[in-house]
Amino acid sequence: MSGVQAEWPLYEIFVRGKRGLNHVHVGSLHAADDEMALRHARDVYTRRNEGVSIWAVRADAVAASSPDEKDPLFAPAGDKVYRHPTFYAIPDDVPHM
Amino acid sequence: MPHVHDHDADHESVYDGLTGGDDSQWAFGTDFEDPLAGVDTTIAQGVDASALAAYCLMLGDDALVYSHRLAQWTSNAPDLEDDIALANIALDLLGQARLLLARAAAADPAVVPALPDGSPVPPEDALAFFRDEAGFRNVRLVEPDNGDFAVTMARLLVFSTYRLALLERLRDSNDPVLAAIATKGVKEVAYHRDYAGRWFLTLARGTEESRRRLLAGLALVWPLYDELFRTHHVEAAAADQGFGVDPSGLADEVGVVLEQVLTTSGVERPEIAQTGAVNGQTGRGGRHTEVMGRLLAEMQVVARAHPMGLW
Repeated sequence: MSGVQAEWPLYEIFVRGKRGLNHVHVGSLHAADDEMALRHARDVYTRRNEGVSIWAVRADAVAASSPDEKDPLFAPAGDKVYRHPTFYAIPDDVPHM
Repeated sequence: MPHVHDHDADHESVYDGLTGGDDSQWAFGTDFEDPLAGVDTTIAQGVDASALAAYCLMLGDDALVYSHRLAQWTSNAPDLEDDIALANIALDLLGQARLLLARAAAADPAVVPALPDGSPVPPEDALAFFRDEAGFRNVRLVEPDNGDFAVTMARLLVFSTYRLALLERLRDSNDPVLAAIATKGVKEVAYHRDYAGRWFLTLARGTEESRRRLLAGLALVWPLYDELFRTHHVEAAAADQGFGVDPSGLADEVGVVLEQVLTTSGVERPEIAQTGAVNGQTGRGGRHTEVMGRLLAEMQVVARAHPMGLW
């Protein structure tokens, strides 16, 4: 091994709650490797009985859109109200809409 | 100033919101479990209540004193993530200590130090904060100063390996409360052992400096190893009566687990002289190391200044 790195890489942490249907981004942390990232995530982000599942992703592996592209990416959807399923009745027993 | 006597309703309502009623307002889970829910708290036939209380103090004090030591890392750990991990471990042990001290007080109220009439301090707190050093029954392994992170990991590995082996057997206790506490504790301490084992390996196989510190740490911790497996007469009675574990029976199992971690880490089991008994007594008999007095002074000073306080 050549040299010692002073900083551990950054990970983004996603937790699925007991009632949650999908993993939700809860924050980030530093860890030396994937396994340590999961352990740290357990310690830092599930202390209050929140989680049943954790995903940890190296922050440098996340592809993110740039704020500069905000208008071309998102503005065109702003006036397409007909894309929402609001023009017909939804039965009461259909959850998670 | 602590509150005196009046029950603070607002304070209680914080927990009401989390533990009962409609918790759908919370984004994440809140269904906290009471480890003693539905547990029969009567003392089994053939169990000597004062021996049960003395035994609960032993296991409770191990957890309480070590919890206090680990909590001293808070805001001082090498990084934020391990700071929280150590605080979590300390809190797990504190939770075990509370249940065990409460069980000791319920089994034999005579063990609880006397407080002024009308004091609202519950028995578990009276035991934690108003007992003198000689009344504590913890093994001496949990007393010494933390030292650096490597010393802490070496001690945590030894302690959690020992305690996990103990709690696994204690699940079969004929005292239903001890069995329930052990069932809860096994899951917690299994994580503590895993955490310490991973760090032990990492430090041993990390840099020259981390390995040097780990070996020095293990050498510091080791002289109090044999005491863990010394059977006090209370522990012998506890095993005889079916509510406790004779620690001498744990030595092989603990030795095998530690051997695995040491071998994987390329570390030799230390050959170091053991700290002996003093006048025939060790921690279980109320004989402690020099630092124990300072530890208790720090832990107890605020509670002792307010014997009528409600926390």
